[in-house]
Amino acid sequence: MNELDLQKLINAAASGKRPHFFGDHDVDRLLSIVWAMAAELAVTRERLDTVERLLAERALLDRAAIDAYRPDGAAAAERGQWQIEYLSRLLRVLQQEVDALRREER
Amino acid sequence: MSPTATHDEIARFNFLANFNKYMSNVVVAGNAVAYERRVAPHWRAQHGVDPANRREIRAAMSADAYYQLWSALRRSGMEMRQQAGRSLVLRQMQALRDRARELNAACAATLRLDNSIAIPPYQSELDNHCMPGSYYAEYIDDDVSAAANYDAGMFATTTGLFGRYLDGAGRGTAQWLSRSRPGWQPRRILDLGCGLGHNLLPLARAYPEAEVVGVDVAAPMLRYGHSRAVGMGLGRVIFQQANAERLPFEDASFDFIYSTMFLHETSHAALRNIFGEVRRLLAPGGVQLHLEQPPYRGMSDFEQFLRDWDCHYNNEPFWSALHETHLPTLLAEKGFAQADIFETEIHAIVEDEMPKVATAVEDFGRGGLWYACGAAA
Repeated sequence: MNELDLQKLINAAASGKRPHFFGDHDVDRLLSIVWAMAAELAVTRERLDTVERLLAERALLDRAAIDAYRPDGAAAAERGQWQIEYLSRLLRVLQQEVDALRREER
Repeated sequence: MSPTATHDEIARFNFLANFNKYMSNVVVAGNAVAYERRVAPHWRAQHGVDPANRREIRAAMSADAYYQLWSALRRSGMEMRQQAGRSLVLRQMQALRDRARELNAACAATLRLDNSIAIPPYQSELDNHCMPGSYYAEYIDDDVSAAANYDAGMFATTTGLFGRYLDGAGRGTAQWLSRSRPGWQPRRILDLGCGLGHNLLPLARAYPEAEVVGVDVAAPMLRYGHSRAVGMGLGRVIFQQANAERLPFEDASFDFIYSTMFLHETSHAALRNIFGEVRRLLAPGGVQLHLEQPPYRGMSDFEQFLRDWDCHYNNEPFWSALHETHLPTLLAEKGFAQADIFETEIHAIVEDEMPKVATAVEDFGRGGLWYACGAAA
C-alpha cells in the first residue's frame, strides 16, 4: 500500500449518510475543514511549546538561527510529505464526498 | 499492545479530549438556553402550545443556529477522533498484528475464533458510532487495527471518566457483585459483547478462581483483546467469537452473565433472543446484570432530545428504541420472576488521579455512571 492509499484508508467515512445541520450544506462542509484546521493548529502549538521548553531547559535557543535556516534536500522532502498528509487530513470531507459519488456510479 | 504514538498524534488526541470536555462542560448547556429563550417561544407563537415531546423539540431546534453549530462541531469531533485513531493505528497495523500474534500464541487455547460467525445485520448495515469499518473490518490477515483504534481513541471521547484502562464499568460491576453477594464465588462468568475486553478483565481479577469468558462477533476485537489480556497476565480469560443470540454453551452453565453498553448496539429482536439465551445459560442461583445509559422514562423531553442526538447523528440506530424499552418487563417475559428482577445504578471505578463523574456534568451518554437492570435465576 503506498502512502496516498494509506491516507485514503485512514480518511474513509463511516457508512451511513453524513448529516447536515445548517440550511446551507456548504457551511457544514466548511466547518468540518475549519475544525480540522483548529485541531492541527493546536497540535502545532503543542509541538512548538515542547520545543521551546526543551531548548529553554538546555539554554540552546538561538532565534536568529531559526530565520537563517534553509532545509536540505532530505529535510525538504520530509516537509513535503508532511504537507501531503496535512492537506489530506484537512480535506477529508471532500475525499469522502468523491468516494461516495464513485460508489454511486458503480 | 498499544500502538506507538508520536508527539503530534498524542497532541491530536489531547486536543480532541479537551474539545470533548469543553463541549460537555461549557458548550452543550447553551442548547437549553437557546431552547428556552428563542426556540420554545417561537414554537409557541406558531402552534399555541409547547413542543409535545423530544421529536417536536428536535424539529424546532433543528432550525436554531446554536444547535446547528453545536451539532456540526460534535459530529466533526466524532469524525476527527476516528481519523486521528486511524492515522495512528493503520500506519503500524502490520506491527500491531505481529505483536498480537506473538502474545496470542503464548496462550492459544483461550482465543477461540470461529470464522463461520456472520456479522449480524444490525451491526453490518451501519458503521457503529461513525467508526469506519465498525468493529470487524479487516485490512490485512489477522488484523487488529479496528480494536487498536477503538482502544486508542476511547480515552479521548470519555476524557478519563472510564479510567486509565477504560475498565471503570467492569470494575464497578465487580464491586457491585462482591457487595451484593459477599463471599459468593461464581464458577463461570460470561460477558456478552465483550469487545476487546475492557470490562471483562476486572471480573477475572476479582474472581481468580472463576472461568471467565467474553463473547463477541468481531474477530479483530477478540484477537487484540486476548493479546492485551495475555500482556496483562490474564491469559486464562477466554475470548470466544460467538453471536450472543445463539451461544455455543450448555444450559445452566454460567453463574454470572453481564453486559456493558452492549444492548443498545443490537436490535430489538436480537435483544429478545439475547435475553432468551441468558435465561437458558444462567445456572440456578446465578445472576445477570446489564449496564446501559439510563432509560428515557422519567426524563424531561428536553433531556431525552439531547441524549437522542447519538441515535440520529452518531450512527446509533437502536439507541432510542433501547432507551424506551422497559428491560424489567422484557426479562419477566423471558421467565424471570418479578421478585428477582431489579434495577440499580453502577458508578465507574477509576484511579484516584482520574476525573470523577459528577451527575451535574454527565455528558448525555458518556459519563461514568450507568443504569443497570438485572435478574437472579
